[in-house]
Parts: sequence; structure tokens; C-alpha cells
Amino acid sequence: MTGATTDGQSTSLGYMRRTPGGVLLTLLTLIAAATWFFPIYWAVMTSLRSDSDTVTDFGLIPANPTLEGYIFDIVHSELPIWYLNSTITSVGVTVAVVFMSACTGFAISQLRFPGRMLLWWTILASFMVPVTALIVNHFIIMANVKLLNTHLGIILPMLISPVTVIVYKQFFDGLPKEFREAAVMDGATELQVFLRVFLPMNWGVTTALAIITFIGSWNAFLWPFLVSQDEKMMTVTVGITAVQDAFGVAFGRVLAGAVLASLPVALAYLLFQRRVTQAIALSAGIKG
Amino acid sequence: MLRNRRSDILVAYLLTAPFIAVYAWLFLWPTIQMVMLSFTDAPLIGAGKSVGLSNYTRMFADPVFHKAVWNTAYFVALTVIPGTAIALLIALMVARLSGWLQSLVLAAFFLPYILPVTVVYVIWDWLTNVQFGMMQGLIEWVTGRPVNIWRTVPWFMPGVAIITIWWTNGFSILLFLAGLRNIPRDLYEAAALDGATRWQMFCRITWPLIWPITVLCLTIQLILQLKIFDQVYLFAMGGRTQATMVLVQYIFEQAFQKNAGGYAATIAVALFVIVVAFSILQFQILRIRGQR
Repeated sequence: MTGATTDGQSTSLGYMRRTPGGVLLTLLTLIAAATWFFPIYWAVMTSLRSDSDTVTDFGLIPANPTLEGYIFDIVHSELPIWYLNSTITSVGVTVAVVFMSACTGFAISQLRFPGRMLLWWTILASFMVPVTALIVNHFIIMANVKLLNTHLGIILPMLISPVTVIVYKQFFDGLPKEFREAAVMDGATELQVFLRVFLPMNWGVTTALAIITFIGSWNAFLWPFLVSQDEKMMTVTVGITAVQDAFGVAFGRVLAGAVLASLPVALAYLLFQRRVTQAIALSAGIKG
Repeated sequence: MLRNRRSDILVAYLLTAPFIAVYAWLFLWPTIQMVMLSFTDAPLIGAGKSVGLSNYTRMFADPVFHKAVWNTAYFVALTVIPGTAIALLIALMVARLSGWLQSLVLAAFFLPYILPVTVVYVIWDWLTNVQFGMMQGLIEWVTGRPVNIWRTVPWFMPGVAIITIWWTNGFSILLFLAGLRNIPRDLYEAAALDGATRWQMFCRITWPLIWPITVLCLTIQLILQLKIFDQVYLFAMGGRTQATMVLVQYIFEQAFQKNAGGYAATIAVALFVIVVAFSILQFQILRIRGQR
């Protein structure tokens, strides 16, 4: 899994660096990176300005930095409730997806049972199906069981995640058979083998998948947007556009809301950079 | 291991039960229901009567549906190949660096990818604001006057495409970097000893070895961008949507704004068929790659 780690190591191309052309190229890279990052930088700087300053002060650093946009969002909008909704739904989705996928991946990889191949092929096939096409029917189903405008209603349709099952199955396939056989010899049940031997061996994969599932569900827009029509049930991702509608031209507040909405995922990425990278490589089927 | 085969089976069903239940209820059933619904005139909530194939004949003659297919294809053309090319370029630039500098530069390129789409929308809506946006300086320099991008049809799709590339490119960059790392260093050293130029090294070593990743990125992007909705919806919010309509947006509009569940399901079936067709193509390509 070496290909999954990204930082701190140079590649085969690294040795060509210390020539005048190389220095120029490095400089160009830095300029490109700064340009690419600029929209985010500008958003953060705007969020630190008062609403009147946003349309008069265009300096790279705010002349009168203020947190009033943030304070306004937290005190005068539904943002705290949206945060709670996002946390509940994202944690719910993450726990359920990782748990179900690990169990299913283990069963398909290690156990022999009637219907095993049918299940595996269904999962592989569902990988191709656009869940987006099912929004109308998801809505109808959730309406029928009276789950519109509830946390569970937001969570349930987001649990369709064949990729995590595929990654787990492939990971368990790669573990030596001896581990399982030795444990079974010692009298462990299959369930114990799964919980005590197989899961602990891949905490790395589990963490990586959990982080990327969390980021994905925190960022989900279409489904939470459809199912939460009551403002009090919105997630942060859906809510911040409502802030924008309500405020009119108040860029300081709107961008403060945007910064607050991205804070958890940005932190998740910055703290677990390697894991996020690993998860992306895993889910794309590159094993490095 | 025959002695506990029975308990094996029991454990297997126990472990897969939650997954199977969720899949049957929220994946298989809505898929079947979607097809059934497409043969009725049902509203979003409630029963309708069977209308045979008339939703399908209506769809094939519907100018807005044609527009939506065309716009979706246009968006795919604007994002998939250009986005992948830019990602490869960036990955090549990042791969040359090392240590903390590489981490920093990579983070700058990757960070947009983890932002929620509404945040991306808010950031760019501000940057392109016709009165106060930073980008208007650049636009004015090109066109001679400020442009309200999100209310000007010819600017709309290219605008959304650029933002989408900015937003989603981190994914492809990471895949390309992983691929570049897997190229053995001695290949370059040997080529350098033989007096190969950089360009020759790229053409003869890097490009052939990175090609499988390129195909992977292209197909992943293609399938992702066919399902475009969020950005187009957000940027068109409050304006007229017909001219910039994309497929998922048309499903959304028919189901949730026009209360036409049956017709919305018909368009959903069309999207379903298109994406599955491209996915099978992708699967075949990956299989061929796997066999090599």
C-alpha cells in the first residue's frame, strides 16, 4: 500500500530538480498552487470582514478583521441545529456503512454459504447503478413510512455504498488463510474470528473508510436537500444556501457560514491526510 | 472444517442480514418501483393509472429532455478530458517536489475536493459576483465588461465546468500521484544515461506507464459527471432553468416541482440506462486492464 501514502517522499522524477529549469518549474508550481488555493483563502478573508467591508475593502488581508459574521450565524441563524443534524446523520451513516460493509465483506470473503456468489455479483452490479436515478422512489418510500423530515429519513438512502463492501472483501481476501484456521483450531467461533482477528488487523482500512464515508455524508447535498424541507431538519451543507437566501447581500455572514460548514471535513482531512489518500486509492482499486 | 459448516452458514446470514435488508428495501425495490412508475401517470405521492408507453413517447419528443441530454453531454465534454489532463499536469508538477513542500502544494490542490458543494457554490458565487467579485477584473480584461455569468446562457456551462474541475480534480491528482510513484526510478536513470531528453522520457516511460490510470480517471469522471446536478442547480437558483437544464435536474423538476412522478421516473430510467451503459463499458476496460 505504498502508493497510498503521498506526503514526505519524493518520486522517481525527484532527482531532476536542481537545474535552472527545475527551479523555474518549481516556482511555476508554487504559483499554480497559490492560484488554485486562492478562492478558499479569499473566502476565509471575506468571512473575517464586516458585511459593509466586504464590498469596500479588497485588500489581501482585512483592514478591520472581525468575527461578527460568525457570531451572527451562530446566534441568529439555525446553524447550531444544522450542525447537530449534520453530526447525527453523518455519524449515523458512517457507523452503519462501515459496520454493514465489514460484516458483509467478511462473510463473502471467508464464509461459504448458499447465495454467496449471487450477493457478490449483486454488489458488483450495483456499483454501476446511479443511486441518483432513484431519488424519486426513495422519496416515495420515505414518505410512505413517514420518515420525511427525520434524521433516519436522511440516513437510510445514503447507506447504499457498494464500494466499501468491495474494499473490505478484497482486503479480507488478501489476508493469509492461516490466521483464520489457527483461530478456529483454538476453538474460536466465526464471529470471534471476525471480531478478534480480522477486524483488528485492518483498523487502518476501517479508519480510512470511516473518514471518507463521514466526509461524503457531511457533504451530501441532493438527498438531504430533498428530504429535509423543514428548516429545522436541514444539514449544514443544505442550510448554508438558506442563509444566503435570507440574508441577501451579506457576503461576510454567508462566507462565515461556509467556513463553519467546511470546518469538520477540512479538519478531518488535515488531521488524517494519509488515511484520506489511502481511502481514495483503495476505492479506486489502486493498491499501490 | 466440515464440523461447523452449519454454524458457518448461520453466522454468514447473521452478518449479511442488515446489509441485505437495506439493499433489498432501498436499492432493489426502488429500482423495480422506478420502472413500474414510469408506465403510469402517478403524481409524486399517490397512485396513478397505467398509461403504457406514453411517458416514453412523450420523453423522446420532449424538447426540454433533448436539451437536458445535450447539456449533460456538453458538460461531460467540458469537464472529463480537460479535467483529467489538468490533473495529470498538476500531478507531474507535484511529483517533482519532495518533503514538506510537496505536502503543502498537494494540500493546496487537494483541499477543494473535500468541501461541500454548497460551500463551493458560495465561494464562487462571491468570486464571480457581478458587482463586487474578484474574478470580474479578469472577466472584464477578457471581454471589456463585467458579465453576470450565471444569468448568461453561453457562459453558464463553461463556468460550472471550470468550477467543477477546480472542485473535483484532487481525486484524479491523487490517483495520478500514486501511479507516478509506482514507476521504478531506475527506468529514468537508465534513460538519462542513454542521453534521453525529458520529453523523450515522458513519452517513452511516464505516459505509457501512466496510461491505465488515465483511463481509470477518465471513466470515473465520465460516470460522475453524467450525474451532474448540485452545481447546476445551485448556480441557476432563482433564475430561469430551462436553457441550462441537465438530466438529474429535469428528474428533480418533474417530480418535485411539477408533481409528475410517472414522467420523472421515465427520465430517471433514461439516466439509469445511460449510466449503466457507460459503467459496463468502464468495467470492460478495467477487466481488459486487469487481464494484461
